[in-house]
Amino acid sequence: MEHINWQGFCGGVWQNEINVRDFIQQNYREYKGDESFLAGATERTAALMKKVQGLFALERQFGGVLDIDTATVSSLKSYSPGYIDKENEIIVGLQTNRPLKRGVNPFGGMRMVRQACEAYGYKLSSKVEEEFTYRTTHNDGVFRAYTDEMRLARRCHVITGLPDAYGRGRIIGDYRRVALYGVDRLIAEKKKDKAKLAEAVFDTEQIRLDEELFQQITFLGYLKDMAAMYGFDISQPAKDAREAIQWTYFAYLGAIKEQNGAAMSLGRVSTFFDIYIERDIKAGILTEEGAQELMDDFVIKLRMARHLRTPEYNELFGGDPMWITEAVGGMGEDGRTLVTKNSFRVLHTLYTLGSSPEPNLTVLWSRQLPEAFKKFCAKVSIDTDSIQYENDDLMRPLYGDDYAIACCVSAMKVGKQMQFFGARCNLAKLLLIAINGGYDTTTNIHIGPQMDVMQGDVLDFDEVMRRMEIYMGWLSHLYVNTMNVIHYMHDKYAYEKTQMALHDTDVGRFMAFGVAGLSVVADSLSAIRFAKVHPVRNEEGFIADFVTEGNFPKFGNDDDRVDLMAKDLTHKMITELRKTPAYRNAIHTLSVLTITSNVMYGKNTGATPDGRKNGEPFAPGANPMHNREENGALASLNSVAKISYDDCRDGISNTFSITPAALGRDNGERMNNLVTILDGYFGQMAHHINVNVMNRETLMDAYENPEKYPNLTIRVSGYAVNFNKLSREQQREVISRTFHEAV
Amino acid sequence: MKGRIHSFQSLGTLDGPGVRFVAFLQGCPLRCGCCHNPDTWDVNGGTEYEAEEIVRRAARYRSYFGREGGITLSGGEPLLQRDFAAEVFRICHEENIHTCLDTSGCADGEKCASVLQYTDRVLLDIKYTLPEQYEQHVGCKMRQPLAFLEAVNARKISVTLRQVIIPSLNDTQENVLRLLDIAKQYPCVDKIELLPFRKICQSKYDMMGIVFPFGHLPEPDPKQMDKLRKVLGTYGG
Repeated sequence: MEHINWQGFCGGVWQNEINVRDFIQQNYREYKGDESFLAGATERTAALMKKVQGLFALERQFGGVLDIDTATVSSLKSYSPGYIDKENEIIVGLQTNRPLKRGVNPFGGMRMVRQACEAYGYKLSSKVEEEFTYRTTHNDGVFRAYTDEMRLARRCHVITGLPDAYGRGRIIGDYRRVALYGVDRLIAEKKKDKAKLAEAVFDTEQIRLDEELFQQITFLGYLKDMAAMYGFDISQPAKDAREAIQWTYFAYLGAIKEQNGAAMSLGRVSTFFDIYIERDIKAGILTEEGAQELMDDFVIKLRMARHLRTPEYNELFGGDPMWITEAVGGMGEDGRTLVTKNSFRVLHTLYTLGSSPEPNLTVLWSRQLPEAFKKFCAKVSIDTDSIQYENDDLMRPLYGDDYAIACCVSAMKVGKQMQFFGARCNLAKLLLIAINGGYDTTTNIHIGPQMDVMQGDVLDFDEVMRRMEIYMGWLSHLYVNTMNVIHYMHDKYAYEKTQMALHDTDVGRFMAFGVAGLSVVADSLSAIRFAKVHPVRNEEGFIADFVTEGNFPKFGNDDDRVDLMAKDLTHKMITELRKTPAYRNAIHTLSVLTITSNVMYGKNTGATPDGRKNGEPFAPGANPMHNREENGALASLNSVAKISYDDCRDGISNTFSITPAALGRDNGERMNNLVTILDGYFGQMAHHINVNVMNRETLMDAYENPEKYPNLTIRVSGYAVNFNKLSREQQREVISRTFHEAV
Repeated sequence: MKGRIHSFQSLGTLDGPGVRFVAFLQGCPLRCGCCHNPDTWDVNGGTEYEAEEIVRRAARYRSYFGREGGITLSGGEPLLQRDFAAEVFRICHEENIHTCLDTSGCADGEKCASVLQYTDRVLLDIKYTLPEQYEQHVGCKMRQPLAFLEAVNARKISVTLRQVIIPSLNDTQENVLRLLDIAKQYPCVDKIELLPFRKICQSKYDMMGIVFPFGHLPEPDPKQMDKLRKVLGTYGG
């Protein structure tokens, strides 16, 4: 197949089938040079960004939400076109008819929408209320099917943060397909798939898929209509770089108008765009300045994206994040790097537009990346604290070279795999429930297998482990069943029509489970094993506190005695989870990631044998507990690196803060040292790292004087936030974390 | 062979080239007024470790060393446990780990031959450039570090000269010029580092219940540090 808008591209199988990867491989040009080619922000960009900064300031003044349209249900065509400054925008499209105005999206659940409106002084319109009395939401469906035990597990917070009241997210549409093929071709291919289905036996799965394809095709049509409202015809392939970016952005915009999932990630678009940019530059219709301007305007649009959330939601996922994660760099399977000039440009937006948590720029790190690119990334980290790194050498063998990251650390092949998001269970609470024989002292709920409270003056390690295994088995079965309910209902009542239309029809599925409190449990088990832990009983005879006598190895010091306990815990957990089949034959995966919920999990968990007090925050993700690291930064990294990605295929998040002085004497040394550290960490097959290069004093000052730091960005746990958007409690926790300092 | 260790730092970027594993050895014969590690003075403190254990730990960080990094023995005064230091470095060389010795040089240069035999770089802390300041503020003769430098030079081991810049004592251009003069006499010296006097160690003195001798002096002005560093020319790196 040929198309006039493909002129100048090398042909390949991508012409005859939907195959963006093949298009990239046939056409991209690797770039091994440094950043000296980059152009700064144009006057237009600077003026537009100034307007945007003004809007952000106004949004802050309004308590975090500028405006809500309470009368219109968000969808692809429900708002008239919105602009920031129509004449001066080169990429267009907003979620609603005005910048930063949030829509309502009750498909996931009414209650959350109602509460969110009320939290900001609005009331959901009676029209929407009325409309949805006749509809079943995802949330309605889930609670019809939840068992008593599932409700109990939710109530005592042993499983929390489940996507049962809003969109599940973590699905990445291959938004590039719209640019490369145009919507008409995508519709034609989906129709072919649907026709093919007619030949099969129509069992439940086939009928469901058949109906889903109908919905996908319908929404592809809506996507064209939405673009037409902005004056664009996206039925055909994009003819130049500006159209390629615009088409791709429309596809993403359609997805976030339709869905309010927690993480609405972008995928891997930079190198794809580079092909169009190079073609235009070669044709003499685009300059470097123009190319940067296109990327800047695109990124401005991404920074404007918002969803309406409740205060309880913000407790779990602080800072109003969207996880518009863009995977940058990486290596190709043929040994060429996937770094292009546009990989530099997208990172450069952190200078042209200033630092920012969104989009969530994620560098796919490989030892083989060009040295100049490695150094540039390190420089960006040191200057902006806005990017994260994930191990391409670890993931590429599993997902090929066209995968992307959903949310923080969840890898999937773009357009070929998706995941069912499953939040996380609280391992530390589970340990306490096990010790108390099926009782949670924080909420006074009996749950799980019932047995005696552990006896004796000193906790016996073998008995604790025996119990922990029993309770992990019980919880895993319950957790998988709960997730099956959630995702069955989400498919039924809030299916992602736009995003799944941008996947292959035959899609691979993961079911992503998670654990919180890993370092707390590892240290607790270590204390029980290597020190003496005396249980303290409350009036009812339950163990509510501990007195720990003697020293014990702590996670974060590169000490196998405890590090291997952490590793074993994740291995046991995933092994137990796999025993219960997952909905739609999904593959079970596990993450060690908390977002900012480590504060909330801690608040709901009693004192633990490691010395952590009742209600104190956990460390985030797979991090060692704050300030228990005694041998410096690399020892801490080595401990985390021991957790196996084979057990935790949904990602192992590590957040690392170091002072500039500890990283080296000057910026040149700091850059080189950071590159060396990243090479060293990932060389041990570690998975992820957030890097902050900053002083604690800066955060303390920002805590006291937020007005001085309107754009202070910091990586927290798989994503970055504007420090000012965190709750006071979350800010205190971030300040209390280990900052690796010079000695 | 056993030695006394104060602590480890797995990420050392300030004591020698590249990313380094630093072992701080316990015990020091000097009592410098600017010392920021008074908790390393006591020769009976710290924890005993086997030399093999130190190297085993260092090797855990090999993947971070890159082209330049390795191990640094600091202190305290590592030459106070010179046989132990020699043994650690000897095993490091077997393991292909770059070795760096951070010392005051206030030791008998010839007796240190066993250590120097396995040392790839010396960080020599020349405390002052005037003999009278040495006697007043350090408690050893200036000819000691110079003799040590002589011994190092004879073995052609690369040397970084280091000096803590303390306002009112040595924060002058003349002092830096004298330091340059010393450097020029020894071809082994390829780098000079001027380190600003810091007072964050005050809390350590407070905890130990002893007086921080230079606690009354200010930290140097960063601008003055830049000015002095300019004097170093190519030695500034």
